[in-house]
Amino acid sequence: MNAPRTTRPHRGLTLKLLAIALGSFAFGYALVPFYNVLCAITGLGDQTALARRAVAVEQPDLNRTITVDFMAELPSIGNWTFHPLVRSIQIHPGKLYSAEYFAQNLTGHDTVAQAVPNISPSKAAAYFHKTECFCFTPQRFAKGEARTMPVRFIVDPSLPTYLDRITLSYMFYDDSTHVGAKLIAPPANSRN
Amino acid sequence: MAYAQVAVAHDDHSSHDDHKPHGWRRWVYATNHKDIGTMYLVFAGIMFFLGGSLAMLIRLELFRPGLQFFDPLFFNSLTTMHALIMIFGAIMPAWTGLANWQIPLQVGAPDMALPRLNNFSFWILPFAFLLLLSTFFVPGGAPAGGWTMYPPLMLQGGASFPMTIFAIHLMGASSILGAMNVIVTILNLRAPGMTLLRMPLFVWSWLITAYLLIAVMPVLAGAVTMLLTDHFFGTTFFTAAGGGDPVMFQHIFWFFGHPEVYILILPAFGIISEIIPTFARKPIFGYEAMVYAIASIAFLSFIVWAHHMFTVGMPLAGELFFMLTTMLIAIPTGVKVFNWCATIWKGSLTFEPPMLFALAFVFLFTIGGFSGVMLAIVPADFQYQDTYFVVAHFHYVLVPGTIFGIMAGVYYWLPKWTGHMYDQTLGKWHFWLSAIFVNVLFFPQHFLGLAGMPRRIPDYAVQFTDWNMVSSIGGFGFGLSQLLFPYLIWKCIKHGVPIGNRAWEGAHGLEWELPSPPPFHSWETPPTEAVLARAAVH
Repeated sequence: MNAPRTTRPHRGLTLKLLAIALGSFAFGYALVPFYNVLCAITGLGDQTALARRAVAVEQPDLNRTITVDFMAELPSIGNWTFHPLVRSIQIHPGKLYSAEYFAQNLTGHDTVAQAVPNISPSKAAAYFHKTECFCFTPQRFAKGEARTMPVRFIVDPSLPTYLDRITLSYMFYDDSTHVGAKLIAPPANSRN
Repeated sequence: MAYAQVAVAHDDHSSHDDHKPHGWRRWVYATNHKDIGTMYLVFAGIMFFLGGSLAMLIRLELFRPGLQFFDPLFFNSLTTMHALIMIFGAIMPAWTGLANWQIPLQVGAPDMALPRLNNFSFWILPFAFLLLLSTFFVPGGAPAGGWTMYPPLMLQGGASFPMTIFAIHLMGASSILGAMNVIVTILNLRAPGMTLLRMPLFVWSWLITAYLLIAVMPVLAGAVTMLLTDHFFGTTFFTAAGGGDPVMFQHIFWFFGHPEVYILILPAFGIISEIIPTFARKPIFGYEAMVYAIASIAFLSFIVWAHHMFTVGMPLAGELFFMLTTMLIAIPTGVKVFNWCATIWKGSLTFEPPMLFALAFVFLFTIGGFSGVMLAIVPADFQYQDTYFVVAHFHYVLVPGTIFGIMAGVYYWLPKWTGHMYDQTLGKWHFWLSAIFVNVLFFPQHFLGLAGMPRRIPDYAVQFTDWNMVSSIGGFGFGLSQLLFPYLIWKCIKHGVPIGNRAWEGAHGLEWELPSPPPFHSWETPPTEAVLARAAVH
């Protein structure tokens, strides 16, 4: 080309663009401390705050005593035995407790059951935290099998003061008549 | 013979400088923008059929519930590789190829500004994909953690993991260098009198896309480098045990990822904005508004990334911010769609293949845009996250959106590149088969997603069978229809009817002032003001 149409050299612009690209690469890395700073300012995902909150729950309020009643119900009579081992306990809010329920499969075949919990009064439900419960998963029972099953819970110390008695009840459904249980149960068990 | 005479006439036109190397040297040492553009487009075509074949295997496995053909790990490799090949191997190189061919012709430049860099950008790609594709044969198989490469799943990839990372590095380098070349060409090599606001909209859309590429591809390179050092060099960017956070990867990845989806679509906006005025025989409605709309979309793309990760756990203020900024994108996008409609309004329309693809683009891309607005709604997204609704959404914007945009561009400029008109009846067959099957393929996936079918699973609950079968039939139909495309191009090159400078009577732009095909070295003498005035009608 005899007469170049541009007086601007390409080199300057190319180097500027290369600098932008390198800057972007650095910016990707800068996002890591940037997010940490952002979280420090806003307190999002703050592990120590979460830990403090966990400790706070561990501080039991020994000045308060609350009665927790356990109930068990069956939708139909005769096929199962299902009852709590202890009917009622006295607890302090903020402390972890454990209770056990006993169940025996009298249906005459291998089956699966699902416990559905209910808390009353319903105002207390938000403060009653089950950390582990046999109601979290379907329970498989062999024909005639009997066993006890645990539930562990904490009552939140911020429970309104007018509440002094909470009832935890379970409805224990035999799931074998439902489609869901057929999918859960292994095929070998469905011969009966 | 008419063909021979036209060919001779072309040779006369620029006989003094039409020397080019022959044989393999022409391609390996290529510095000519047309040759490099052709190589990019051929490469993209090969990758499109390769990625498409993987998609056919995915639809084959999903034709019926149960595991028929592949084990789940290999199925996950199929989805991951399909995405990586289509995004980085088919769509992005196709856009760079179109940029290489068209931008110098459209701004009156003799070539790209940095021809040797151009050669380097292209020749990185075959090696990058050789590396990526060879992961199918290493222990542990191809990457199976999804194209988003989330840790810790990605880190468990076996031998494919570092190979994938290096392949991504190479592709990223290729795109960044290609984008730099586009910017330097547009800013430094425009013909005298070709002011920025006289540039065709395809050039505008590529200028903005190139800036997006330079801004975000390095961020992806950084993110995958962090993965690499986490795995091999003991850093803990994303490892909770060392104080890192796997969610951090999602933030960095999507800071790249959202601008990336606009990188994939913006040049299509440019192409559609060229084709619709040509076949409506009216200037584009609201040229400057179109430029500002592209720029607004590009800006917004940087501040919406977390809408891809609403369900990771985010404060309400964050969710509201990302929801509202995402919805804001609908405004400049709406400006574009309405301007296309206004261009069509009272136009003298004809329906040649490029126009058919362009009209289908406007309609079907808008469907993808609507489902995008649905996904932007935080509480709705909690339901849609990781379901087939998302798959339907992004395939609507990428297949009848981006891919139709690329095809429209090829159908529009193929007569210019080859000097021959193609078989338009065959082109219409290709269009109608594609347009029908693409809807059979992806529309039912909306239903599947709303009914709760998750993404990235080789097996599914029986109630999803019917729509999966329909979708698979659409998939096979769409895949087979695409075979018409290379046949049509081959037929056009071998047996097409020679055509004059202006392949379409309504076409304006500097490329139509050149012979078809343009000489090997074009615009060595810049276009005169009279030519420019005839070309830049908007």
